[in-house]
Formats: sequence, C-alpha cells, structure tokens
Amino acid sequence: MHRHDDPAAAPEAQTHDQRKAGELDWPAALQRAYIRRQRRRSLAVRLVQVQVLVLLLGLWEAAGRRGWIDELLFSYPAKLANQLWTTLLAGTLLPHVGVTVLETAAGFVLGTLLGTAAAALLWWYPFVSRVVDPYLVVLNSMPKVALGPIFIVALGPGLLSIVAVTLSVTVIITTLAIYNRFREVEPSYIKVAQLLGASRGQVFRSIVLPDTFPVIISTLKVNVGLSWIGVIVGEFLVARAGLGYLIIYGFQVFNFTLVLSSLLVIAAVAAVMYQLVALLERKLTAGRPER
Amino acid sequence: MRAMLELKNVSHVYVSAQEASLAVEGLDLQVTPGEFVSLVGPSGCGKTTILSLLAGLLVPSRGQVLIGGEPVHGPSPRVGYMLQQDYLLPWRTIRGNVLLGPELAGRQSRETEEAVERLLHEMGLSGSAARYPHELSGGMRQRAALVRTLITDPEVLLLDEPFSALDMHIKLQLEDLVHHTLRRMRKTALLVTHDLAEAAAMSDRVVLLGSRPGRIRHIFDIPAELRALPPMQARREPGFQDIFEAIWAELEEGEEGGDA
Repeated sequence: MHRHDDPAAAPEAQTHDQRKAGELDWPAALQRAYIRRQRRRSLAVRLVQVQVLVLLLGLWEAAGRRGWIDELLFSYPAKLANQLWTTLLAGTLLPHVGVTVLETAAGFVLGTLLGTAAAALLWWYPFVSRVVDPYLVVLNSMPKVALGPIFIVALGPGLLSIVAVTLSVTVIITTLAIYNRFREVEPSYIKVAQLLGASRGQVFRSIVLPDTFPVIISTLKVNVGLSWIGVIVGEFLVARAGLGYLIIYGFQVFNFTLVLSSLLVIAAVAAVMYQLVALLERKLTAGRPER
Repeated sequence: MRAMLELKNVSHVYVSAQEASLAVEGLDLQVTPGEFVSLVGPSGCGKTTILSLLAGLLVPSRGQVLIGGEPVHGPSPRVGYMLQQDYLLPWRTIRGNVLLGPELAGRQSRETEEAVERLLHEMGLSGSAARYPHELSGGMRQRAALVRTLITDPEVLLLDEPFSALDMHIKLQLEDLVHHTLRRMRKTALLVTHDLAEAAAMSDRVVLLGSRPGRIRHIFDIPAELRALPPMQARREPGFQDIFEAIWAELEEGEEGGDA
C-alpha cells in the first residue's frame, strides 16, 4: 500500500536524503515523505474545490445584485439563503424534505427488491425469460414516466402514485441488470454445488444470489438517482407536498428563489442519501475480493 | 469382488443444433473398492465425459452407469468430485467453503464441525480456516477443495485433473498427500490426467483411451512394487520408467493411427 511507487518523484533527491539521514530505517523515512506528499496533494485539491465554490457563488451574487442577469429568474445566493433560513425557522421546509425523502427511499428500496425478485423468477423459469425478453426490451426503452397520468387515475393523486412512478423508472432496469448478472455466475461454482447435491433452490441461495450480491448493492446505488427522477416527476404531477411540489408551486407563483432553493435542497439531500448507500455498500461487501 | 464403479457398454452423444457428436462409445470398465484408476488419452477422448456420467451430471445416451451396483440418478453424496481448479467460493472463508456440502445436505452438527477442523488440520490448513480463498496460495486452495470434497465422506472420488494448474513441486507434494489420504480412508478413486507420469505414479491401473469417439484402447496394470510406494518415491524406482514408456508408446501409436 505505502510502497514508494511514484517514479516521477525525483529519485536523486531521495537517495541523497537517505545517506544524510543515517542508514537506520531509511525506508520508513521514504514512506513518511511519500505520505507527506500525498497529504499535501489532497489538501490542495480540497482547497481549490472550496475556492471554485466561493468564486461561483460570488459571481452569481454579484451578477444578480448588479443586474447582469435577470434577478427574478436567476435570483442570487443571499436571497436563496434567506429563503431557506426563514422557511427552516418557520418549520415549513422540513416536512417537504421528509415527504420527498420517504418517497425516494421507498422507491429505491422497493425498486431494487422487486427487480431482484423479478430477476429471480426469470432465472428460475428460463422459458418465461425467453417469452418476456422482447417485452422487457420494449418496456426498458420506453420513457416510463409517461405512464404517470395512468398511475394517477388508477391509484389516486397521492403517495401511492408517486411511488408507482418511481418503481416504473427503477424496476425494469434493475430486473435486466440483475438477471444478466445471474446468468454470468461462474458455471463451475454452480457445478460444485450440484455435485454436492444442491437442488435448484439451493444453487440459487448458496451460489447465484451471494455471487450477485455486490451487483445488487451497486444497483441500489444507481436506483437512488433514478428514484429522485421518479419522485420529482411524480410530485410535479400530483403532489401537495414535497420538494418537487415546491418547485412546481414556485414556478406557478413565479417565485424562482423558491424553485432554486428547492433544487439546492434536492441536490444536498440526494448527495447525502447516495453517500449513505455507498457507505452501506462498503460495509456489506467488506472482505470480498474484487472480481 | 463387486465393482464400486461400473460402466456397461456406455456410449454418449452430445446433441446440438449443429451436430450430434459421439463422445464415447461402447465403454466397459469396472473399478473395485479401494482401487485407484487413472484415465489417460489424447484430448477429445471423452475423459471428462466419463467423470460427468459417473457423477450423475450427464445421463448416458446408451448403456448403464453403476455406483456400488446401483444405477446413477443424478449427483449423490456417495461420489465426491474434484475439479481442475479449486472453485472455492470467494465470498466464503475456507471453513465456510468446506461446510458448503454439509449445509446443502442439511447436516450441520457438532460432529461435522469437529470433523472439519480435524481434516483442515490434517491438510495443514488449521491456521487458514478463517481466511478467504484469495489470501491463499494455489496449493493451499486445492487442499481446501480436497477437504471440501472429503468432508461429505464419499466412497468414490472423481479427480478431474486436479493437479494440472499447480506448480511442479506443489503438484508432486499434493499427489503424495492425495494418494496417502485416499489410501488411508480406503476411497475408490478415478483420476483423469494429461500427465502420464502422474497416472503411472499414483494408480493401480491406467486406462488408455483412444479419441473421437473415446474407446478403451489398453489397460495397464501397475506393478505391485510401485503401487506400494507413495507417488514421489515410485517415480524414482527403476520399474517406473518401463511402465511409463509402455504407456507412452501405446499412446503414440494410437495418435499415429488416428492421423492416418
């Protein structure tokens, strides 16, 4: 891990340093120097990232205040902050965040579970999988958010419809991705289990499912992103609460500060959610080698 | 003595949309309990087909396959199988891999766990039981695969070139270990190999197959003095070279005949 393996890092200077530092423990000194260089590099990256953020915000602020851009349409950071702060204090922001987070979480968890179950069904019945193959291809290429109006009529304008829109976005692609991975399971692992007398169900539980597990978890991560699309579109269509609703409402009353501040919240909450799932992934797949 | 393994006039055809290819034809073979028999021959002689038939992974197109006098219907706990590579499950520890068989059979008990520890110890893997396969060397992994095969206590072991992917000195060590272990446990074994010296050193009999379709061309009885020795020592005996050359000559002749 901490080997010195950066050939570009001036080897001459180091050999010189070694001799001066005395002959004891010079590899450790090399390692310390290496770690120091790495740290300095990471710090520099962080610093520039913050600078870019500050610069962009400052530019936006100046452009909004000085009228370089239309203040009504693009607003500016101070107004956004003010908007967020007052709604936060008034307690009107968090309930919307809660509703949307709940819908999204339901969307990606259910989407992944249902997709995996459907994939298991296809694996179990190869005949069924051949029959439904063209249907899945068509369904997958169709923009499924277009089904939104049908869900609203069928399920009523509410949480149920929004989750249904989310599932329509996530389930098919999850099914296809996981089913494909099921079929790529090393045949020799399956052979090993069969030779030990495993039934089809046992082959699935002890070989196919655990071998696919990392892919299922990473699909969960992809579904976080897809669920946000489904939820926001769903909320655009029907909701009376949620961040998507705030955007549509802000648009209708021509309050673009509300629209942009809601977007900001979505970006922040989505990033946090993604990081949490990524953390879960690392926890669950710890100890496994890369394949 | 009644045969442990028996092939009665067995033929097998692989059918696909393109062709129906005859893999093996008219095989008759008997292996007595406790015997170690090797199958050698050019590629395409159906060695692996024969193992798959005995393991119950394939149903013979013609003829009968018997284990302990009973027809084979699918994989059975009486038969253990070792593959060319270890195929240890990467998400399980070595102990977890060994316990796969008992788990699938629903036989997890105190005794099984003790047997696992004992067998791991005998194979020099005590310290590695909690490690994952990718942390082990090729030889250790193949030993772990052997433990996985033995833990279900099969009467018959089918060995499908289990040493072919290993470095030479590991391979020789493992040959000795397998030979010794199977003798001690009185297992019947059928080894498929490309390596004529390995076949001659380990076996009681060597079956030479001809190719396309696979037929039995010749069966060599290994002299008693070689059989009594561990493979590594047997390789150094003067009689070893003679039997090796006899098999070699027969194999060469068959290949020339096949080309003509």
